[in-house]
Amino acid sequence: MARRNGAPEVNAGSMADIAFLLLIFFLVTTTIETDAGLDRMLPPMEPPEEDVVIRQKNIFTVNINKNGQLLVEDELMPLNNLRDAAIAFLENGADGSCDYCQGSKDPASSDNPSKAIISLKNDRETKYSTYITVQNELVGAYNDLRNRASQRIFGTDFTEMESEYLNPETASAVRDELKDKVKRIQDMFPQKLSEAETTSN
Amino acid sequence: MAKFAKKKDGDLPAVSTASLPDIVFMLLFFFMTVTTMKDSSLLVENTLPNASEIKKLEKKDRVIYIYVGKPTQEYQKVFGTEPKIQLNDKFANVDEVGSYILAERAKKPQELQNVLTTALKVDKNANMGLIADIKQELRKVNALKVNYTTYEGNAFNNLQ
Repeated sequence: MARRNGAPEVNAGSMADIAFLLLIFFLVTTTIETDAGLDRMLPPMEPPEEDVVIRQKNIFTVNINKNGQLLVEDELMPLNNLRDAAIAFLENGADGSCDYCQGSKDPASSDNPSKAIISLKNDRETKYSTYITVQNELVGAYNDLRNRASQRIFGTDFTEMESEYLNPETASAVRDELKDKVKRIQDMFPQKLSEAETTSN
Repeated sequence: MAKFAKKKDGDLPAVSTASLPDIVFMLLFFFMTVTTMKDSSLLVENTLPNASEIKKLEKKDRVIYIYVGKPTQEYQKVFGTEPKIQLNDKFANVDEVGSYILAERAKKPQELQNVLTTALKVDKNANMGLIADIKQELRKVNALKVNYTTYEGNAFNNLQ
């Protein structure tokens, strides 16, 4: 009588080959990338119901021509100065109602941050990379101001708080707490960046 | 006295490969967790510009991608060298963007349909005219949340 002593051992020698096959499949079909970029909102198609009157001094016009040159408030400006000019405009605070602004209170510039609007115009032949650089500088101007306010009030950078708030892995209790903080800073310097339709001259 | 059998010279002991599957599985799981499936292959050149004030695009399931750039070498004979739009796996015209967005939106679950972001992956050498047309199309279908996808880096590197 043949005696059975337990189940026979399964040969696991080819396990490595199978695993390698899977590994190579995943290596080929996947990409390691987390996309990042500049978030923007487009204006809705329908114009708002009531006509809002905006005073000229509250608008900071930035024009990019097809050679990538900047016309800021009707003056030619190198790109490196754009961020500082935008910051100076945003926190000007001419009407004195903004107690956290450190601007020069120039009566010819913006009244307060909630009224200040940056208007960006570009030519059809402007290069995309130039446009992104300008966008980056303008968003950077807002971020600089928000970071400064956030450092003063909460002791952390606004951009850090925001990315933690937007991160889906953050615990919901922490996010609820961050939400109010983020909202408060955003209300201090609301991002009003208008993009007019492009011109083709 | 040859009581002890002498070891044969030059005979290396075999290296045990028993733990090789474990190592490979570890690698496999690493790649499975950190990567995402590629959904379409690129038909256009896609060197993104740099920017420093960027936000991460979380939650891939609520993103619709639009690629813009000039066709790659192999397609240049057929499609020329002017920047083109790529939707999914094929080239498209500006007027197809709207219907593409609507079709993609309809594929998503109901609760995500209002929070979709359109990621514009645009080559740095493209002109703004095409982008402006795309933006106009996006406004028509009320897809207002856009993300200009960029690499992280100094924005002034774009100008060189």
